[in-house]
Amino acid sequence: MNAAGSSEGALRTAAPSPFAYFASATLKAFNTNKTSWIGLVVFLIVVVAAILAPVLAPFDPNDQNILEKLRAPTLEHWLGTDSFGRDTLSRLVFGARISLIIGVVSTLAAMVIGTAIGMLAGWHGGRLDTVTMQAMDVLLAFPSLILGLILVAMLGPSMVNIIIAIALTSIPPFARIARAPTIAVKEREFVDAGRALGYSDTRLLVVHILPNILPEILVMGSLWLANAIRTEASLAFVGLGVKPPTATWGGMIREGFENILDSYWLALVPGVAILFVIFALNLLGDGLRDAIDPKLKGET
Amino acid sequence: MTTFLIRRLAFAWVTLFAVLTLVFVLVRIVPGDPAQLILGDQASREAIDALRQRLGLDLPLSKQYTVFLLGALRGDWGVSMVSGQPVIREVLRVLPWTIELTLVSLVIGILLGVPAGVYAAIHRNRFVDYAVRISSLLGLSFPPFVSAIILLLVFAIALPWFPVISARSGSVMAWYQSITLPAISLGLISAAYVTRVTRSAMLEVLSEDYVRTARAKGVPWNVVIWRHALRNALIPIITVVGLYLGILIGNSVLTEIVFSRPGLGKLLIGALNQRDYPMLQGMMVIYTLIVVLVNLLTDLAYGFVDPRVKLK
Repeated sequence: MNAAGSSEGALRTAAPSPFAYFASATLKAFNTNKTSWIGLVVFLIVVVAAILAPVLAPFDPNDQNILEKLRAPTLEHWLGTDSFGRDTLSRLVFGARISLIIGVVSTLAAMVIGTAIGMLAGWHGGRLDTVTMQAMDVLLAFPSLILGLILVAMLGPSMVNIIIAIALTSIPPFARIARAPTIAVKEREFVDAGRALGYSDTRLLVVHILPNILPEILVMGSLWLANAIRTEASLAFVGLGVKPPTATWGGMIREGFENILDSYWLALVPGVAILFVIFALNLLGDGLRDAIDPKLKGET
Repeated sequence: MTTFLIRRLAFAWVTLFAVLTLVFVLVRIVPGDPAQLILGDQASREAIDALRQRLGLDLPLSKQYTVFLLGALRGDWGVSMVSGQPVIREVLRVLPWTIELTLVSLVIGILLGVPAGVYAAIHRNRFVDYAVRISSLLGLSFPPFVSAIILLLVFAIALPWFPVISARSGSVMAWYQSITLPAISLGLISAAYVTRVTRSAMLEVLSEDYVRTARAKGVPWNVVIWRHALRNALIPIITVVGLYLGILIGNSVLTEIVFSRPGLGKLLIGALNQRDYPMLQGMMVIYTLIVVLVNLLTDLAYGFVDPRVKLK
């Protein structure tokens, strides 16, 4: 960067590259609220544990051992065993993969589709805007968990269908959050300038408007990722998760709940794990939201 | 006020039709023939045709749609495939349980959340503010079934204070015993939402000029907070509570299952597992009606709290 006072170096200091700008802005946002760091670190630990599941898990998550069933935590099985004698710790780290994959993919899908809808509605305005946003409001008003339950029950409980159902129920908030800033940015001079230069709508939207609303959308993404993970667990808890014997956190709670009277930890351990991840993501998203828009402080 | 009311009512009807249409489409995007799915692979052609006729699936789509819409509005939601009872009767039988649970939870949420939010806002950036913020963030991180299971473990299993199965019978004591744990489980999560929105709404209002004016002319601080500030902060609080009721009704499904409590949740899960299509369709209609009604009440509450809304 500091290329010994060369004119090029000075120029770059004056106008940093978009990437450097983005990185320093992100760092600043994180430092405004130290809790964001805690959230990020906890979440990353879970991500690493999920990736390294085959290495970290002491046992095969689906290995049954009827002789060792419903064991309380021991040195061999740190978190005990379930009613099939499967190791709870191993199922926990493998279950993290399902939660994260479904959560991340469905949230990304909702983010892309919702942002596109919101930007187009805000950009074109008029009747298209009214109709789209009213449709989004209707969708937003309907209890998303119930919509998700019904969609998965109708489509069948497979990983892809669960992702589709969760993504569909999370589109409206992204559409809403993308629309308002699009309307605000659309009136700014640089957009007029772009239009005068003959740029296409697509180029204006993607290259010139999207970067302006991206931070807010990413922050919303972390909060909705928490929500998606919670929805996935809820679906699995009522028996609409990825099919057994695949380990999922919601499914583990469902199975543990059947033995709650004598082996309470079977339901408690995955329950606390879910709570932990969602809390971490909420800490992350909430702190960052604070930083990028002090007016939004504490809003849910 | 009248124009405001008419406009909101018109919008409620539009929403109702939109969601009913969505329900109609949803039930019909199922891959495969519902009659075949219900009867299984072994069913004869005649049995499938007979069921198709009974469900009205042999009619053209446009006809099915009008039959469905008119039926939904008249309360004729078909007959459950499993129990043979009219869907509306089964729904109305358990509806009071769910309404009772959601209302008690919401009251708990408001009684805890509003004072906590106000208190945190007044003591902004002090220790108590951080404590309230972190604990409310933790509260809204809880999946509803996890909070239910933890309460069940502590207060029904480890300490035998409450029954494990929450179904009331007769007396006030029995009612108290059956509603307490489920309502606290949902109420604490509601309280977290209400606390956060109250805090942020109060922070905004407390920086307004009229609050400073009121203080300057010597209005006691307590009166400023509760009468001047909180009243003006009510609009965003009502918005969030109204939106949250939808989430709450969704969450109650899980709570009802954990506490083996009768209600829409148990009915819904039963219908999902049995693929009871008329029942599912009816349940979606009732959820839609509830949501539309809640939205309407929220709008009316705006007009009630803020006279300016009526004039718009």
